[in-house]
Amino acid sequence: MITKDTTFWGYRRANGRVGVRNHVIILPVDDLSNAACEAVAHNIKGVMAIPHPYGRLQFGADLDLHFRTLIGTGSNPNVAAVVVIGIEEGWTKRVVDGIAKSGKPVVGFGIEQHGDHDTIMRASKAAKEFLQQTSELHREKAGVGELWVSTKCGESDTTSGCGANPTVGNAFDKLYGLGSTLVFGETTEITGGEKVVVERCRTPKVAEDFMAMFNRYQDVVNRHKTSDLSESQPTKGNIVGGLTTIEEKAMGNIQKIGKKCLVDGVLDKAETPTGPGLWFMDSSSAAAEMVTLCAAAGYTVHFFPTGQGNVIGNPILPVIKICANPRTVRTMSEHIDVDACALLQREMVLDQAGDQLLDMMLRTANGRLTAAEALGHREFVLTRLYESA
Amino acid sequence: MIHFVLHQAKDTVAVAVVEGVKAGADLTAWIMDDDQQFAIKALQDIPIGHKIALSDMAVGDTVFKYGTDIGRVIAPIKAGEHAHVHNIKTKRW
Repeated sequence: MITKDTTFWGYRRANGRVGVRNHVIILPVDDLSNAACEAVAHNIKGVMAIPHPYGRLQFGADLDLHFRTLIGTGSNPNVAAVVVIGIEEGWTKRVVDGIAKSGKPVVGFGIEQHGDHDTIMRASKAAKEFLQQTSELHREKAGVGELWVSTKCGESDTTSGCGANPTVGNAFDKLYGLGSTLVFGETTEITGGEKVVVERCRTPKVAEDFMAMFNRYQDVVNRHKTSDLSESQPTKGNIVGGLTTIEEKAMGNIQKIGKKCLVDGVLDKAETPTGPGLWFMDSSSAAAEMVTLCAAAGYTVHFFPTGQGNVIGNPILPVIKICANPRTVRTMSEHIDVDACALLQREMVLDQAGDQLLDMMLRTANGRLTAAEALGHREFVLTRLYESA
Repeated sequence: MIHFVLHQAKDTVAVAVVEGVKAGADLTAWIMDDDQQFAIKALQDIPIGHKIALSDMAVGDTVFKYGTDIGRVIAPIKAGEHAHVHNIKTKRW
């Protein structure tokens, strides 16, 4: 049983936050810098490049989100140190300066007027120094309330709503009572269950903010749709798994916020919460996009219930998979961290399933690699708001 | 063995939670919120994760799951039949 006195072993960072991993990352500002970042990660064993396809000619809110996501990723307490590489020095410095506010070691390199070879050599030297420095850091005891826990489900089926998602909900109810910092999101995937979320908002203002985000996203769907979104939301995989409508999927989805916790506030994409409680993040329902935004907001452990077997991971955020579909657990066992099938046979009660997940959360925080980490799943997907300039 | 689960007694569909549910089989359903069980007969094969209708439904009827409206009937459904995208559709979008 988890209590306020429960502890885990984590890395305390300069800004006071506690991480559960000790990554040195090589972070490209833009698509053009991926090759140099990957070359550095090839040279220096134990650092990790995080390639992505964007960062050029973005503007306005889309550009702000790009910087917020990159800076948030570098600032996440699961990251010990960062080498940033960009095609030019201006935007590279902007990312470096943003990450430096977290107090961790960070350095940046611009490729123009140097070329890949010289940049890779200088960045590799910095990466080696960072790796050796941070390899001497030790885990120390931290209170369970210092873990920031995010959730998002994927390739859901009907067993998600009956078993895996309520398991997360039970764990969230318990963590909420301990003063943890929690988040859920997936704005379109609440369609049909939005009233349930509104009833759980702590204040009328939070409910109003939530509904403004919900309605904005509905407008996007209505503006661009060419069908009822069948095969997109719910996805083809959801439908194969037995989910029929978005309303059914949404009701299953919101089982993840349990029965007791209240929604204390709303967050923009990749925005860092200002205090403990349960937050709603206005976000995509696509797995890798949402998990990437959670990592950039500062979350350090992720609960990912699945029905049909989504295989997602994240470079810096350990993704714990929970499944209550016995066929998926049998055919895709290498991807599942917590088996909740017994719930649907009345062989285990929800309280036990929630405790089983919290036990896995603590083991993961202490250093156990998740299935997704062991299998090398590092999906880092930036959310785009609109076309480039 | 539990073959189907539903959330609330008012739900008009239940979910197959085991593989190999065959037409004609006598099966057990479990209402999770009330912790009650009842017997049910499948008229068609129901794949794991897919839904069985618990009552006869006519076109335009609202389908209930989680005690909530999850969509509308677009083709007649008999109790015991497979309930999915061929006979149920969203009311949104």
